[in-house]
Amino acid sequence: MSFKDVLSPFLAWKNLVKQPGTIKKPLEREGADRYRGFHQNDMKKCIGCGTCEAICQNAAIDMVPVEGQETTDGDSGLRPMIDYGRCCWCALCVDICPTGSLTMSNEFKWIDSDPDVFRFVPGAEDKSWDKDEKGYRKPDNYELYPTGRVHMEELKPEDRDKSFIEIVKGYSKEQAIKEADRCVECGLCIATCPAHMGIPQYIAAVRNDNMEEGLRILYETNPLPEICGRVCTHNCETVCAMQYKGDPLSIRWLKRYIADQVPIEKYKEILGADGFEQQDKKVAIIGAGPGGLSAAYYLANLGYQVKVFEAMAQAGGMTRYGIPEYRLPYDQLDKDVEYIKQLGVEMQFNTRIGKDITLDQLHKDYDAVFAATGLHDGRSTRVAGADHPMVFQAIDLLRDVTEGKKITVAEKVVVIGGGNVAMDIARTMARLQNQKYGKVQLILTSLEAEDIMPADVEEIVESREENVVIEPAWGPKDIKIEGDKLKGLNVIRCLSVFDKDGHFNPRFDNKESNFFEADQIVEAIGQGMDIKYMSEGLENKLEMTERNRVKVSTFSQSSLLWLFVGGDITGGTDAITAIADGHRAAKGIDKYLNRET
Amino acid sequence: MTDTNKYRDKFPAKNPDGTNIIDLESHKFVKVWQGPQHPGITGNMALELILQGDEVMSCKTHVGYLHRGFEKLMERRKFIQCFPLVCRIAVPEPDFNEYCFAASVEELAGIEIPETAKWMRTLILEMSRLTSFLMWIGGQSGAFGLGIVGQWSNLIRDYMLDRFEELTGGRIYRMFILPGGVRGLLPDGFEGRMEETLKSVETAMNDIERTMFSNSIFKRRAVGLGVIDPAWVDQYGIVGPNARAAGVPKDVRKDYPYLKYPELDFDVITATESDAYTRTYLRAKEIRLSVDLIRQLLAKMPKDGEFMAKMPNMLHWKIPKGETYVRAECTRGEYGYYTVTDGSGYPRRVNVRGPSYTHAVALMEKLAIDCNIADTAGLMTSLHTYPPEIER
Repeated sequence: MSFKDVLSPFLAWKNLVKQPGTIKKPLEREGADRYRGFHQNDMKKCIGCGTCEAICQNAAIDMVPVEGQETTDGDSGLRPMIDYGRCCWCALCVDICPTGSLTMSNEFKWIDSDPDVFRFVPGAEDKSWDKDEKGYRKPDNYELYPTGRVHMEELKPEDRDKSFIEIVKGYSKEQAIKEADRCVECGLCIATCPAHMGIPQYIAAVRNDNMEEGLRILYETNPLPEICGRVCTHNCETVCAMQYKGDPLSIRWLKRYIADQVPIEKYKEILGADGFEQQDKKVAIIGAGPGGLSAAYYLANLGYQVKVFEAMAQAGGMTRYGIPEYRLPYDQLDKDVEYIKQLGVEMQFNTRIGKDITLDQLHKDYDAVFAATGLHDGRSTRVAGADHPMVFQAIDLLRDVTEGKKITVAEKVVVIGGGNVAMDIARTMARLQNQKYGKVQLILTSLEAEDIMPADVEEIVESREENVVIEPAWGPKDIKIEGDKLKGLNVIRCLSVFDKDGHFNPRFDNKESNFFEADQIVEAIGQGMDIKYMSEGLENKLEMTERNRVKVSTFSQSSLLWLFVGGDITGGTDAITAIADGHRAAKGIDKYLNRET
Repeated sequence: MTDTNKYRDKFPAKNPDGTNIIDLESHKFVKVWQGPQHPGITGNMALELILQGDEVMSCKTHVGYLHRGFEKLMERRKFIQCFPLVCRIAVPEPDFNEYCFAASVEELAGIEIPETAKWMRTLILEMSRLTSFLMWIGGQSGAFGLGIVGQWSNLIRDYMLDRFEELTGGRIYRMFILPGGVRGLLPDGFEGRMEETLKSVETAMNDIERTMFSNSIFKRRAVGLGVIDPAWVDQYGIVGPNARAAGVPKDVRKDYPYLKYPELDFDVITATESDAYTRTYLRAKEIRLSVDLIRQLLAKMPKDGEFMAKMPNMLHWKIPKGETYVRAECTRGEYGYYTVTDGSGYPRRVNVRGPSYTHAVALMEKLAIDCNIADTAGLMTSLHTYPPEIER
């Protein structure tokens, strides 16, 4: 111990003349640019997917309904409510938010005497920090999940443009698990799917490599997974939360993956199809398309004796006779149908109701009838020359191709239409042209501009790869015929297809015209239905809607009570809607037939 | 002092193994509880002291006042959800928990993190060390009646927290290290502001060193207090500055190099005296070293590039079956995470090895004997213990 040791501590006194480091006005201090302060939520961007709620380890976030937020396709209508009594400001909710709507401001002062106000819905309540530019944002180049879709292997254009071999190769196990890993299980897809399939659940089954569980989940709502796994219109993918971070999940391909993995011999065991309680009631189903097959499956599961009447020689309806083999191979379709047959569903083919048997007869022989006969009559453009023998209906040609008949294929073909049927016939014709002439000379023209074409985007892309020329936004004017020979199609520019109210009301510009040379024209502008059999020979008349469709209840029940109607003829647009109709009808029939008991 | 020694030979009587024979019924001893709410104890733990006069005859440590069950909680959390939790295990130095757990799961899942992320992690850990030392030195001086040092060191610690705030978005719980890397890059102009802060640390340290180490009061109380025998180092599991002050050069940064420490230029600081004074002196040198290391890091590290590896979906991230032990050198020594995974989306078992466990529980019981009751606070702080990490 020295003299120095006694004196040197007094040097600390020099701090008396220093400026203090304390902040004089702490309430005015601003947080740093990245400060994780109070939450902000862009209500317009938020889709209520609840991923923030899922990652919050403190359970500080609850998804709640908010006034002014409607539930729509792709928006649950719920918004995150944050409890600042639980929040620890880790900002994982911000990092995981798929839309990027949830952010944090750098505000950190909030004084109130009421503790309840600290449980609030950011964005829905007016807060001073709502517009703050500063605060924590998820940095770029960093994600808590993979954002890109696992690439699906497809046949190369040069390998597929002459044959009807299936284009899509399907996922391998590793690919499927990797793709399934991207799901955030928000469930927006369930709400949008017409059949409300348990999509996150079966994706979880893929992730856990539990195909049996996956198959069970599929068959709960959809007895045609091989069909839907290939040709479903996948509305689910259009609402997938992951689309905001890159690509939506390949939900359709994952469904196909599950169905492809399980051999049909194991179906009965996995789905527990043995030992239903049999009922002595009989149900007739008209049409073995997706709607009819779906109803047949669920009715058979309920123990009814089901018989399906089909006008064509095989089951499948439009999925067999409308969709070309390169999209849906017939053996895969047969797998779905075969399992329904295994459940004891009887199928009588080549029997047209109204011609071979009357509906009235079915009414007498059966306890209930479900009709899902679909749209099989092609619509014509009715322009001058449309009655020429070289003008064909897409739907007729596609049916003939399925049946193995030789169809007329000219060297130069024009297809009119912008939907998936138009794409199907165009790509089928292109293949046949390639086989016959070694080259493709095919123009597809549609009223709609390319961005609003109803066909799937991948159909448009793949058509082009197969050398189909697409000419969008042209309206057919007339068909040029010289002598007996068809020369081509005159078109005028179509400016818009729908009017302000969203009704079909195309506007044309007569000044801008074009001519597409052709030897053959195929019309694919939509189909009509033939339901004359429903009006002939019945005691009571069916009630119809204003749009001349059969009026049905939520259980697909018509005004005749014993008659249930569904599928495309009640306004559906695709296989999955028909499947949902069939499922609902099965429930309705069960309710109707067991009403006494 | 010699007066006290006069009675030492006679009273209290000793057991053959040298421990004191304590008979409370004799009314010659008094039992005192120091803690769990006591300013002289770091955090919520208690010392059950038996005194004779003002000398400690026996010390029993009691923990359990701060048990929050983190290890158990983690077994019910997804891996990513553990990160807002683990940082709370050691309040003044949370980043080591994040780093050790992140490194554990990365090792078990076989993930390689980008180079920039390694540099960022090293920077964060070193900043965290500096901040923790600054908090400690205030406590150490305060325990010996030098409240002023605590005011200075807390001010510069606050400047360090400002740097943390602009870098990570959080002041105390940074939650910046996630599996796969870190959550961002350096903000613009960070190096300049950091250099300013480091300068203020150095200025303050000049004052602190003069006030503490050339101070007769501090010297009288700290010199010779709580001497650790180098032989105890392995016996008691003593690590970090406590071991280094006893002349045992234990430093995870050198012994088991991790992150970017092998690329930094530094030596392990050791001392020989091994009393409270030496430990304080050694840690003051460590603060200087930390400042130097942060300068080295900012000079060498890349300022951009990938900072997060491409990760699977965190919401259902499953880690294959395995176990690992990851360690890092925090201010108190070796901080370790023993993690067991079973192939599910949740950790099967996590065991946190906080260095305070051995220092504050077993070692304290030994060192407190024969020390003055007024010095127990200073003694405990000189071991640099944080009870939260004892009770995970």
